[in-house]
Amino acid sequence: MATPETEQKVEGEQVINPWEVSAKDGGKIDYDKLIEKFGCQRIDQTLVNRIEHLTSRPAHIFLRRGVFFAHRDFKEILDLYEKGEKFYLYTGRGPSSEALHLGHLVPFMFTKYLQDAFKVPLVIQLTDDEKCMWKNLSVEECKRLARENAKDIIACGFDISRTFIFSDFNFIGGAFYENMVRVSKCVTFNKVVGIFGFTNEDHIGKISFPPIQAVPSFPSSFPHLFSDSKDLRCLIPCAIDQDPYFRMTRDVAPRLGYHKPSLIESSFFPALQGETGKMSASDPNSAIYVTDSAKAIKNKINKYAFSGGQDSIENHRKFGANLDVDIPFKYLGFFLDDDAELEHIKTEYGAGRMLTGEVKKRLIDVLSELVERHQRARAAVTEEMVDAFMAVRPLPNMFS
Amino acid sequence: MKSTLFFLAVSIVGKSKPHLLYFRGFRYWIRLLLLFFIPNEEKTKMGVYTKDQLLARLKELQIEFASCTHPAVLTVEAQAKYVGHLGGGISKNLFLKDKKHRYYIISALAATTVDLKVLSQRLGLGKGGLRMAPEEALQEILKVSLGCVTPFATMNESAQSVSLLLDEGFKAQQGCLFHPLSNEMTISLNSRDLDKFLISMGRKPVYVDMEAAPLVGKDQPPDLAFLIPSGVPKVDQPEKDEVSSKIHISEKNTRTETIIHANNKKKSPEKLHSAPIADVRTFVDELIERMSASVLSEIAKETDKEQKELPGSVIDGIKKYLGADFSNLAMSFKNAAYTEGFHSGIQSVLLKTGQNITSYGK
Repeated sequence: MATPETEQKVEGEQVINPWEVSAKDGGKIDYDKLIEKFGCQRIDQTLVNRIEHLTSRPAHIFLRRGVFFAHRDFKEILDLYEKGEKFYLYTGRGPSSEALHLGHLVPFMFTKYLQDAFKVPLVIQLTDDEKCMWKNLSVEECKRLARENAKDIIACGFDISRTFIFSDFNFIGGAFYENMVRVSKCVTFNKVVGIFGFTNEDHIGKISFPPIQAVPSFPSSFPHLFSDSKDLRCLIPCAIDQDPYFRMTRDVAPRLGYHKPSLIESSFFPALQGETGKMSASDPNSAIYVTDSAKAIKNKINKYAFSGGQDSIENHRKFGANLDVDIPFKYLGFFLDDDAELEHIKTEYGAGRMLTGEVKKRLIDVLSELVERHQRARAAVTEEMVDAFMAVRPLPNMFS
Repeated sequence: MKSTLFFLAVSIVGKSKPHLLYFRGFRYWIRLLLLFFIPNEEKTKMGVYTKDQLLARLKELQIEFASCTHPAVLTVEAQAKYVGHLGGGISKNLFLKDKKHRYYIISALAATTVDLKVLSQRLGLGKGGLRMAPEEALQEILKVSLGCVTPFATMNESAQSVSLLLDEGFKAQQGCLFHPLSNEMTISLNSRDLDKFLISMGRKPVYVDMEAAPLVGKDQPPDLAFLIPSGVPKVDQPEKDEVSSKIHISEKNTRTETIIHANNKKKSPEKLHSAPIADVRTFVDELIERMSASVLSEIAKETDKEQKELPGSVIDGIKKYLGADFSNLAMSFKNAAYTEGFHSGIQSVLLKTGQNITSYGK
């Protein structure tokens, strides 16, 4: 059964859905077109300024650099927040592998900032059942991976008195399942096929999965947390390829009498080999992993990071670097906090006065520090801490 | 019998010093699980009262009162329709809070004018200091529903630190009408009997001329300032207050105590909204400030320079660099402390109910 997504492939358009991300003709992802096609809004400087003003702290680097660049109904959340009405955050991860790379951490780093800045609670869903179905792993293995991933997530620095992590295999039931059934009743087979591109050959587990990712957007799914606040709004930080799930959710929500969840979406984290390369678990050199040693990071950046510099020093000094495709510069955009320094590198490197080697060295410093900090935090996470984060317990001070 | 033993055991455990820094996890998990496992009579001993218990208590104290049941009412006007025959003055009851999360019940005759602005000034809270308390607070602190605020709600443990202001006008009435913890009933009793009841619950009844508007200014201190809840229990008690859960740098190395009180003793007030929160940001800010101050003073000593002459950019740099690191460390520490408290809480309750599990929730 031809689906809108597969039809696009034939025509040579970019494909963005939860299971596949590829650009047109092996080029770059066109985000403007994506925003237009999906129907979300861009985040502009006024919005960033407003966030800074409301939270009384500088905006997160990902907002300043346009990593989180699109939203749905985020303005409404801010309006309500100004009036004193709170909201909660919802994000998640599909634990398909033990090895997490920096791109995986991006949404979690941003969510931590949102939690600290707005002082709101957070639920994190580990979709171990999804990975069991899509990657054909065993149930036990998925549950184990979920716990391992939870440790890395906790190491990002979430506040245990405001955070609830749950894995689908452990938590689904009760009010959560009731909402799943309510949502399922509102979405026809044709609709999920249209949104997600399922075929007649796909097993029924896949087809009935979307409500599971939709339902945490509704506070009534978590009676132990939000039984007093049934009207609570939800903000979902995620990568833009998850948008289809939440388009479906936003479509269903009013029919169930719930508020539509708001979204704040990020662009994709580029692979080491460049925008056109694919980050894959089988190729350890395609990304920086959180388990990499300082030496490994240095090696990977120096050897595999795609450079936008010219082929010879003379040409480089003449023409400058191509900042559009230069990976070290892009990565610095993600992780170098100092705006002034980045601006300096942009001008110098772009003009050819700075060499690729220098930029790479700066990047290695920044990444080594980041990864080392993460590893230290990860080492401090115990099994008991994971149990505590994942325990079904009330969070009395979640808005304080 | 079993329940009494339970409480005895728990109070013994609580009184001994747990040698770990217990975080809020321990405290509220105990309360949560106890509320689950304990039958209703113990709930009373823990300080959550029902209408029937109140009425029984009044009878015990040999307080005469008239009563009448009616459909649930939410306003004084609605109530008036049903209770006219009881005679006496209907009370209007306001549940208020101030900016520092302290709570007040104002109970006055329906006919008395209550000006919140004036009262707020008289309490020393400034002109706009008093607001209506949110609905959740009604349930959490007073354990009553909408339309049911009553002086009797102060008998609940959670309402220990709520300040109660009674209208002087009650004294002149033969009987005053209040809801006895349920808005499907109204009872009428004399203000002296109300006093008797409040005193028996360990509360000193305070009557105020609600309509008076004395000048409050530099030379005239607010006359009702003594009514501000201090957050300390009104009854003398040997046990300490429940522990502040703010991770303070000086407390990092001391053992903190969490105390579970047995039934009869007055518990320290349950500060739902003003309990200090373990806020990482404020903690780190304070750390850095103290550190910068001492570094600056040490450098000044060494170099014989004035502190002002030292480059402020050094301090800014330290703040920026260390701020992030300290926040991460502090968050890690907070999570670890909470985890310890959480697991001990679970183990503690499960041990008492005769189970012993070594791992939880795999």
